[in-house]
Amino acid sequence: MRFSTLLKNPAEWMRTPGPQSDIVITSRVRLARNLTSHPFPGWARKEDRAIIMDEIRPALEDLSEMNDSFSEEMTKLSAIEKQVLVERHLISREHAAKGPGCGTVMNRNQTISVMINEEDHLRMQAIRPGLQLNSAYQSLDRIDSSLEESLPFAFDHKYGYLTACPTNLGTGMRASAMLHLPGLVLSEQINQTIQGANKIGLAVRGLYGEGTEALANLFQISNQNTLGSKEEEIIEHLDRVITQLIENEKNARLKMLEDKPTAIQDQVGRAYAVLKFAHIISSKEALNHLSMIRLGCDLGFVPEEERETINVLLTEIQPAHLQISAKRKLSPDERDILRADIIRSSLNGLTAPDFSTILTERDDDDE
Amino acid sequence: MNCDVCQTEKATVFFSQMAEGKLQKVNLCKGCADEKGVTDPTGFALADMLEGMGEESAPDTGFAPDELICDSCGFSQTDFKKTGRFGCADCYHVFDEGFEGLLEAMHKHTQHTGKSPASFPDLPAAPESIDPDAPMEASPLDELSELKQSLSKSVEDEDYEEAARLRDAISQLESQIGDS
Repeated sequence: MRFSTLLKNPAEWMRTPGPQSDIVITSRVRLARNLTSHPFPGWARKEDRAIIMDEIRPALEDLSEMNDSFSEEMTKLSAIEKQVLVERHLISREHAAKGPGCGTVMNRNQTISVMINEEDHLRMQAIRPGLQLNSAYQSLDRIDSSLEESLPFAFDHKYGYLTACPTNLGTGMRASAMLHLPGLVLSEQINQTIQGANKIGLAVRGLYGEGTEALANLFQISNQNTLGSKEEEIIEHLDRVITQLIENEKNARLKMLEDKPTAIQDQVGRAYAVLKFAHIISSKEALNHLSMIRLGCDLGFVPEEERETINVLLTEIQPAHLQISAKRKLSPDERDILRADIIRSSLNGLTAPDFSTILTERDDDDE
Repeated sequence: MNCDVCQTEKATVFFSQMAEGKLQKVNLCKGCADEKGVTDPTGFALADMLEGMGEESAPDTGFAPDELICDSCGFSQTDFKKTGRFGCADCYHVFDEGFEGLLEAMHKHTQHTGKSPASFPDLPAAPESIDPDAPMEASPLDELSELKQSLSKSVEDEDYEEAARLRDAISQLESQIGDS
């Protein structure tokens, strides 16, 4: 499959709703694996990495799951193409910066993607819409079991799967979910929530992973510990915490609707106005307004169907996607103009939010 | 009070950590705290730094300066301290001294219980008893791992008195095992 084909197909998770997909955008699971008797990628020489890739890539391409896959060496991709893969969460920012001897393989609907020679020889990821951590893990587990028939994985009875960084030791598994939490942000409970999650061994990060800002009220929550628990236990724990977070988010929204309905109307209404009529818009401003339109969908002010448009836009308005659609490099100012154009045309059919469900109850709030 | 690292800026970040049974304290300025990654949730860079600083102030133990190097890939202990990553799978066996403590700080437990490749048969659940008539008794190693689990639990629960008691019990048991 060519890169252009990959681009034309939006990832499956953007188009298909999953369980709890009003709040949980995606579930992702990744496994780290290494081959025995080869140095880890960060310590390997260029020639070593090439040998490792030649061993791993055919094994991946042979998998029935990877029929008609996109498979490429990182050096053969342009900077913008690599950035597109990062924006779709198919490779990491670190991997995009990698050179010779590194590669990436992914299936057509972008539910499975594999990085070769990122921090570990193999980093395999499964992504699903909504809250489906277990199903994501099951599909990866099958791939892992097929691969181990042909690839000798480094494993130790005490430490489990051996990884370059000891923080991934054991299962080599990181499970994460992307949550949309405007209720907890607007009601200022989010910091408390993040601290609570940290205390029970979970990490909370922004939209694009480690060290990134939480844009569009989107948060990634994932397990920190990889050693000492079974894969299923880690996932079950995360699942339980996420279910609780969904509950908290819903309560926060209900409370806001009760206490400050006008404030919510204002946020959603402003988001509508700006996205519908702006001609220059930054990524940050657009993402935050899109978050409010999404909240509007959840609360019944905006038609449910718009959620898919918003999901696609979240990715399509990112810098590299804009430049691919313009077919040339764009300056930041040019991007802000094109972004506004794309948003306006995508939301062309969107009518003004309908607040009739709460209009009758106003005037008691914000005194 | 000035920063322990750069010695010039005023310290505004104060960090304490229990390491090897001793309370270590470090005072940092904002710049050095950010640079050393003290705000990093994994706390990994900090553990590294504390270890490094401890060495400077510790009395000379007279150990040979020969550095441990992995035969398979040429990776050294210094490389590990610098990067926080290992060179190859064999490094885990070369640098295993003191590694357990590091793992305890990172993970819940230090024994893998998850999936294993089909080519690695699961270990028998319990070691076979040599003398079938011997009374059932927990082996010191089992007891040790149990103590260690309780220790991490008490630390998690912030029950430091209990943690200190368990720590002493562990070191006593370890020296017994070492002697036998």
